[in-house]
Parts: sequence; structure tokens; C-alpha cells
Amino acid sequence: MNAIVRTILQRLGLGVVTLFVVSMIISLAMAMLPSDFAQSILGQAATPDTVKAFREEIGLDRSPVIRYVDWVGGIVTGDFGMSFAGAGSLSGNRRPVIDLIQPRLMNTLFLASMTAIVAVPLALVLGMLAALYRNSLFDRTVNVVTLTAVSSPEFFLAYVLMVFFVSQWHIFPSLAKVDANTAFFERVYRCALPSLTLLLIIVAQMMRMTRAAIINLLSSPYIEMARLKGIAPRQIIFRHALPNAWAPIANVIALNLAYLVVGVVIVEAVFVYPGIGKLMVDSVQRKDLPVVQGCALIFAATYILLNLAADIVSIVTNPRLLHPR
Amino acid sequence: MSELEYWKQQIKKGRIGRREFMGRAAVLGVTTAMATTMLSKMGVAAEPKKGGSLKLGIGAGATTDSLDPGTYPDNCTGLLGGSTGNQLAMIDATGAIVPDLAESFEPSDDAKSWVFKIRKGVTFHNGKTVTSTDVLETYRHHMGEESKSAAKSVLDPIADIKADGPETVIFTLKSGSADFPYITSDYHLPIMPAKDGGGVDWESGIRTGAFVLDNFEPGVSFKMTRNPNYHGEVWVDDCEVTTIADVTARSNALTTGEVHYIDRCDLKTLGMLQQNPDLAVLEVTGYGHYVLPMFVDTPPFDNVDVRTALKYAINREDILQKLFLGHGTPGNDNPIAPTVKYAFDPQPKFTYDPEKAKFHLKKAGLDTLKVDLSTADAAFAGAVDAAILYQEHAKAAGIEINVIREPDDSYWNDVWLKKPWVASYWNGRPTCDWMFSTAYAAEAAWNDTHWKNPRFNELLLAARSETDDKKRGEMYTEMQQLLHDDGGLIVMMFNNYVSAHSNLLAHGPVAANLEVDGMKLAQRWWFA
Repeated sequence: MNAIVRTILQRLGLGVVTLFVVSMIISLAMAMLPSDFAQSILGQAATPDTVKAFREEIGLDRSPVIRYVDWVGGIVTGDFGMSFAGAGSLSGNRRPVIDLIQPRLMNTLFLASMTAIVAVPLALVLGMLAALYRNSLFDRTVNVVTLTAVSSPEFFLAYVLMVFFVSQWHIFPSLAKVDANTAFFERVYRCALPSLTLLLIIVAQMMRMTRAAIINLLSSPYIEMARLKGIAPRQIIFRHALPNAWAPIANVIALNLAYLVVGVVIVEAVFVYPGIGKLMVDSVQRKDLPVVQGCALIFAATYILLNLAADIVSIVTNPRLLHPR
Repeated sequence: MSELEYWKQQIKKGRIGRREFMGRAAVLGVTTAMATTMLSKMGVAAEPKKGGSLKLGIGAGATTDSLDPGTYPDNCTGLLGGSTGNQLAMIDATGAIVPDLAESFEPSDDAKSWVFKIRKGVTFHNGKTVTSTDVLETYRHHMGEESKSAAKSVLDPIADIKADGPETVIFTLKSGSADFPYITSDYHLPIMPAKDGGGVDWESGIRTGAFVLDNFEPGVSFKMTRNPNYHGEVWVDDCEVTTIADVTARSNALTTGEVHYIDRCDLKTLGMLQQNPDLAVLEVTGYGHYVLPMFVDTPPFDNVDVRTALKYAINREDILQKLFLGHGTPGNDNPIAPTVKYAFDPQPKFTYDPEKAKFHLKKAGLDTLKVDLSTADAAFAGAVDAAILYQEHAKAAGIEINVIREPDDSYWNDVWLKKPWVASYWNGRPTCDWMFSTAYAAEAAWNDTHWKNPRFNELLLAARSETDDKKRGEMYTEMQQLLHDDGGLIVMMFNNYVSAHSNLLAHGPVAANLEVDGMKLAQRWWFA
């Protein structure tokens, strides 16, 4: 078990370094954008003195390096800083970035979990079946359908689903309006369509990777031995091929789960779902720096943790890596 | 079209009221019973009635919104402010200024001093009575030295405010202005409760309005319930406003019944919305207009003949039909909307005439002209396409326009007011004086044409304090003609506010000063 613990610690350390680098890159990118929060909030109403007053209040008049160092210092102690939003009034009503991000992050995680719970087993089962009945009509149909789904733009899929499920059959509502007080089943009902859209998008990748990994292993000698021994094809796949295929499958699953958290802005926009993707895009447009940096950190952390989980699964399922000599 | 059809259209557009329609229909031989049926078929209900839970889908609203009225940037916060609060005065459906929170307002001392009397018995949502201190502190919040309010420059004409007892507020202006009450109706200025020790309480959202704010999630939605003690009329029980930025999602929400009203419809699919028997499309011509301002102090625009040539080289009708599908009125380089008092249509009308354009170019001593036009969709939706169309139109006059597409993000900082020829928009103002002072007076902060015409500025000051209606009208007519002939702006068109609603909703005449029925839709409309 030592190998695993060592790997985890190593990876976590590297992860922290990655987070630093990501935050620096984001801050640099934001600093290079023309205009800033004060001007974007005031828009046409920006006059030199109101802009100046704004900037002083949120500290934008200091140099970007100082601001970055300050921010990092805050993060290390768990303080994500104050959002710029709400600035611009004599008394200041800026909310802590955590308050802004937390409910949206919860919403996104809810939608991601709901999708993942259905999508991952479904993809695995479909992948295995496709490998089992490879090159048959079933296999080809499943491939065509999933490839079509993944090649279509997300908003297109979303609208097609809306046309059928909302306008024609009146099964689901068109707006995924949820807030802190929505009851659980109401939440599930409202998130059903966005979840379905995301499911269509991610099942394809996971299913095809499963299928490919398993088929790849089917040409190994030990599988030939199993076949010669007379073991049923289903057993061969499930008990002999799949355990060795976990490494690449886990990687693809991790990548897709990360996408579910980070990349669903378009689905959020179409269904008006208050998730974190929309928050990030809005904040970038408004140049609300603390929120953007906070979101970027969270996204980077998500990727790092999920990749770490995938790597651990790879190690655990591979006895050679698990018990190195 | 028949006369009856004409009146039907007028009432549908909200230009006339029920009574007038019935009267006119009667003259044409339509019985009252039939007229009433016609009205209800068109969604103009018999009488307003109370009840119902209103849901609106608005295309604006961001996570950076706050309850401080000084920062209200768009329709979402504007609607929140208009529904939960009251200004001292408000603009009604005919464009006239009427008392709202104030009971009356009187000028004195040649319109240099205005006395506002606060309505008796009006309370804030928490029961506290509205006094002159609240009004004072509200205005000071926007006018203070440190204020970052967007209303600061609007309130520039005010020299001093003081209270004269708990129910009277006296505004003293720097110079006489007969239109001052219009300024108090600005949507940034709802009256807020003063705090003990100075300042105002804007955070709680407690105001005097038709609705009490229950919940506000910036960039997502806000919910409000009817104020039982409201001093005016309000019909629905409660209202929820959701921000739906994507226009297709907005249309979907309306067609599936998730919301009852949406603003800013997609013009390209408007026909489909109109065909839907459960929906009605509402088109209002407001004060908003799209412009192409040129710096009159920068060559080649410093020559008035070059400017005139450019004004003749644009085919406004074509742009209006092709890009905006006819939803607007072509401009004539006069920023005053036709519905504003004292509006005047200067002659000669600038229609597309490449020959006249060439003539003016020659007068300026040029055979051809090469100019740059900076544009982005941030100026107004369709600005880039409009510039490209203009480029085509101008070729016939020997003018070569180089269209530069600027980034949306920094448009208002780096392009507008900075480059010599750009695209821009105005929401328009309800009075000539306000519009002229905002953008065409010599020292205006937003004078995007750098135009400093001495006669214009002289008339501006004179007209402001002139109380004789006819004389004022003549002054404003001359000013509009000056602006048309000599000014640096091309008014491409006045854009219509196109919104759509379910037939469950009914309304009276709709205001044209701002979108969403003057930001007061929630309290003015009812369920039929």
C-alpha cells in the first residue's frame, strides 16, 4: 500500500503547484483584457470620476502583482476574498466570493451527480455489450447514435430535446429554475432535461472507450486460453477482460466527470440553470476578478482530483503497480 | 386598411385607451357589445382585476447586480427598482410627467426653484412614513462627492436641496429649468429610507413601491409580493422575474407557458410568435435610437459638406427593412423622438441620395472619400451588419467606408468617445432639454460628436427656463434644425421595443419612455 500512499502524496503536491500556475495564468490573462470592472459596470455611464472612485474602492488602483500576492495570501488561509460585485455604493455591499460560488457550485455538483449516476453505468453496460456483440447490428447502431450525439453541438441537442419533451409532449418544463429551497424531487424533475442533454454528450466517449479497451484485450493469449477452456463470452468479458481494462476506462470517466463540472455553460444558458459555468462567464465579462480566480481554482482542483482518482484506480486494478518489487 | 382596422391596430399598440376605441367604433356603426368582444379577443380586457401570479422573463441581469439604485444598469434591475420603489414623479403612457411619490410640484423664481410636496400617508414597506429627510438623503446618496452613482451627472443641475417641514422638499437649481420634474423620474432615483445618522438604506430593498421584494438572486431571478398599502394601483398578487439571457430560451419559456411576458424578442423568429394564437406581440416606439456620431473637430468630418455627404449616402430604409425587419422608424439626424414634446422633423429629409452626396463632396473639394467606421455589436445588436450595408450604399456616392470591427468587451471605454466615427445607441430622453444637455451641449460629458455650436448652446440655456410654450417650441425647432444641418451625428433609426406576452395578460396604454412599460409593467398589467 505504500506505493499508493506515496503516489497520492506526490500527486497532491504536484497538484498544489499546478493550482498556483493556473491562478497565475488566469490573473495574467485577466490583466491583459482591455477595460476593467469599474468601466464594465458603469458602461455608458462611466465618467472619469465615478470610474476612479470605483477603482479605489475595490483596490484596482494597485499594481497587478501586489494584488495577486495579496490574493494568494488570502487563499492560503481559506479566504477567497470579496467579489467586486456590489461595489459602487457608499456603504459597499460586496459579498464574499465563497457566498457567490457556493450555491452555484452545489447546483452544478447536483446536476453533475445526477447525470453521472445514470451515465457511467449506462456507458459501461453499453460498452461491454457492444464489445460482446461486436460488429453486429446492435454494435453499429449504438455507435452511430452515440457518435451523432457527441458530434452535435450541445445547444442543438438541448433544443431538439426541448422541442420534443417540452413543446410536443409536455413532459418536462423548459426552464430548470431551482433555488436553495427547491424540494428534492422537484429539483430532479427540473434538472431532467439538462441532465438528459449532458448524458447524451458524455455517454458516447465513455462507451466507445470501454468498447475499444475491451476489444483490445480480447486478442491477448489469456483470453484465447479462456475461450479454449469453453468459458461463455459474457464471462470472458466481465471477469477476465474488464478488470484489466479499468485503467483507460477510468481515465475517460474522470475526464468526462470533470467536463460535467466545468464545461456545461451552454446547457446552463439554454435551460437557465444557475450553475457555476454561467457564473464564471458572467464574471469574466464583468471582469469580476476575485470570482473568476476563485472559479478557476475550483475548476483546476476538480480536474486534479479527478485525475488523481483515475490514476489510483489504474494502480489498484493493476497488481504489478500495486505490489511493485 | 379600413378605419376600424386602423383603430384596432392603435389600441393593440397601446396608443389609445378602451374608452376611445369604443367611442370610435360606435361612430363606425359597431355596437358596444361587439366592440367589447373585439377588445377581449385582442387581449385588451374590460376592467383590470386583482389576482394572479405574474412571471416575467427578462433578457438582462447579471450576478454583479446590486440593490443600490445608483448602479442599476439594465432592464432587470430597472424593473426591480420600478416595481419596488417610486420616484418623486413618473412618466405616464402619453409621455407627460405626473406626480408619483410627490403629490404636486410647483416651480417658482423663474423655474430655478421647485417645491415638491410629498404625498400624505405614504409609508415604506416597513411601515415608516415617508418624510422629506428620506428624499434628501436619497438625493444626497447620488450627488455626494464620493458617489459612484450613474445618476450623478443627471443631478448636476441641482445646486441645493433642503427640506421645508416633513412634507416639503425644495430643489434649487443652478439655472432655471422648466423640465426639472422629468429628471426626478429617472429610474435611478427611487426614494429610499434614510438611516439614523445619515445615509440611506439601500441594502434592504425596502422602498415605497407596489411590490415588496422577497428574494433577490442577482443574475438569476427576484420575487416580490404585492404591497397592501400601496398608494397607487396594483393588480397581480405577486411577481417573479427570471433572467433569461439567451433569446431562444426566452422565447421557449414564453411559448411553453413558463413565463407570461418576455422583453426583446428575436426579430427573425417574430413571425412565428405572431402566429401563435395564445400570444400577442407588442411593439412600442420609444425614444431609443441608433446613431453614428462623428467628431466634428477631426478631419475629414470637420467639413460640414463631408458630413452632409455621409448623411445622404446611407440608405436608412434599406437597413431598417433588411436588418431590423421594419421594426423601427428611419431617422433624420434628429435625436428627438417623434413622441417627445416639441419634436420637429427638420427639412430637407436625409434620404438615400448618392447624387446629392457626390454634390456635397464636390463642394468640399473632394472627388472621393475614404473613411474608417468603428463598430461592434456591443453598440447595438446588428451594428456590424448595418455598417457593412452602409459601406455598400456609400460606394454609389464614391465614398469608401472601411468598417473596423472592434471588440465588444471594451467598446465603451476604448471606442466610443475615443475614435472619430463609431456606432452607438441612446435610450433617448423624454424631454428635448435632457437629450440635448446629455449629448449635444458644448461641455456635456457624453458629447460624442464634440459639437460646440454657439447658437445651439445659447438657445439651450434660454429654452430651459422659458415658460412660454410657444416661444419654447420655436427655440427647440431651431435647435433641431441646427443639429440636423450642422451636427456630427447620423441617426440611423428609432428602434422599437418588441416584446411578447401571453393572452392571459391584459394592459392599458403602454408607456414609451423605457422598456417593459416604463419599468412598471408588474404593477400596470393584470390577468384578463
